[in-house]
Amino acid sequence: MREPEADSTPQSALIERVRAGELAAVARLLTELERLSPAAPQLLAEIAPFLGRAQVVGFTGPPGAGKSTLVNAYIKALRAEGKTVGVLAVDPSSPVSGGALLGDRIRMNDHTDDDGVFIRSLASRGHVGGLTPAAVRMIDAFDAAGKDVIILETVGAGQSEIDVAEVADIRIVLNAPGLGDDIQAMKSGILDIADILVVNKADLDGAEKTFRHLLSAVHLSSIKADTPVMKTVATTGEGVVELAQQVLGIAASRSETPKTRRRNRARRLLAWAAADMIERRVSKRPDAGIDAVCDDILSGRMTPDEAAIELLKSS
Amino acid sequence: MERNMSEVQLSSFPPRVLVTKIGFDGHDRGSRIVASFLRDAGMEVIETAPWQEISQVVRLALEEDVDVVGVSSLSADHLLMPKLMAALQEAGLSHVKVVVGGIVPDDDEVMLLNAGVAQVFHPGVGRDEIVEGVAAFAAQAREQRNGELVT
Repeated sequence: MREPEADSTPQSALIERVRAGELAAVARLLTELERLSPAAPQLLAEIAPFLGRAQVVGFTGPPGAGKSTLVNAYIKALRAEGKTVGVLAVDPSSPVSGGALLGDRIRMNDHTDDDGVFIRSLASRGHVGGLTPAAVRMIDAFDAAGKDVIILETVGAGQSEIDVAEVADIRIVLNAPGLGDDIQAMKSGILDIADILVVNKADLDGAEKTFRHLLSAVHLSSIKADTPVMKTVATTGEGVVELAQQVLGIAASRSETPKTRRRNRARRLLAWAAADMIERRVSKRPDAGIDAVCDDILSGRMTPDEAAIELLKSS
Repeated sequence: MERNMSEVQLSSFPPRVLVTKIGFDGHDRGSRIVASFLRDAGMEVIETAPWQEISQVVRLALEEDVDVVGVSSLSADHLLMPKLMAALQEAGLSHVKVVVGGIVPDDDEVMLLNAGVAQVFHPGVGRDEIVEGVAAFAAQAREQRNGELVT
């Protein structure tokens, strides 16, 4: 380890400890970046040279599909390969109180004595500037800590959680039998973001039906007709090694450099920032300019697309 | 039911609290209720199953960067608290405030406070008292720790 330089700051000292794998330092970096503290800009600058190495794997799906349990089993498979793992488990906050019960890691309890696994829970609200930017900064913190794989677990229930899942390099969408009708899964649009579809709880009645429904949904899709559909039983580990191999196969088929990987994440952030901006602009009332544009759309003088382009130009 | 939540001032980043049980007792109704109180007061609560080992509690407190650890004890598991306090200290978590709730005899309470436990909540304590106490301890913990990294 190199000697601390005479002009070393608390921020650079923290990053040195993070790079040395000190758990408390990683925990602190995650917090500073989550909250975008006054120290965050310098911390982000300090870690920039180390980023883009980690593979980010997202797990999303409806409540009760078994995401946490599958993540627990997937961690085991990764550890058997000797890979280090960071987990960011996102749980919803109450829209009323802002509070949250963060219980995902109850089901990831096999790894508390393993220094190669670091799990952090994240509540979805209370994030000034959005959940997704916070999650991306926390991914960077794990990346800087040298984690080989970063797992992002989110409930695919609300739009913001899907947004977070989209940040992952490889996205796994879970379903399980008995969670509502199968059209529901397709309606939610999360099929389109999936790189791998998983039917978990494959030992339960109805699993085969769910599997076939997903398979036919995939085959009908014009966007993602080659998405693999797999079966797992997270509680026993059945199918999990195969899932890990599938992830590796997809990763190998891509020619992502660390730079393009990070740029893809930034691309998502940019898209949402732009959408947010337009949304705020359009929701503002009263606004004579927006009213005029709406009238043009209603009268057919402009298509909504043309109007949106005009709006973007003037923002 | 009338909802009369205590007024607790929370920052935009709510207190983070680990609610857990150590030892062999699995009666977690109490810790679950307290966890719900804290969540409904706007806090981020990391909840565990009962039967946690001391090393697990330390690891969770560390990874989750919590401000307060709340331990529920109904059948003498509080006698393990000095060991937990020492382990937290050793892990560099001296800023984390630790509270105990449940059945703790008076003599033992003195022992726990001497070991560094911030407060013991006894049977009959009201929701508001718990919420306000935990919020105040969380604020103290954060203040104490923020000194570590000059910002």
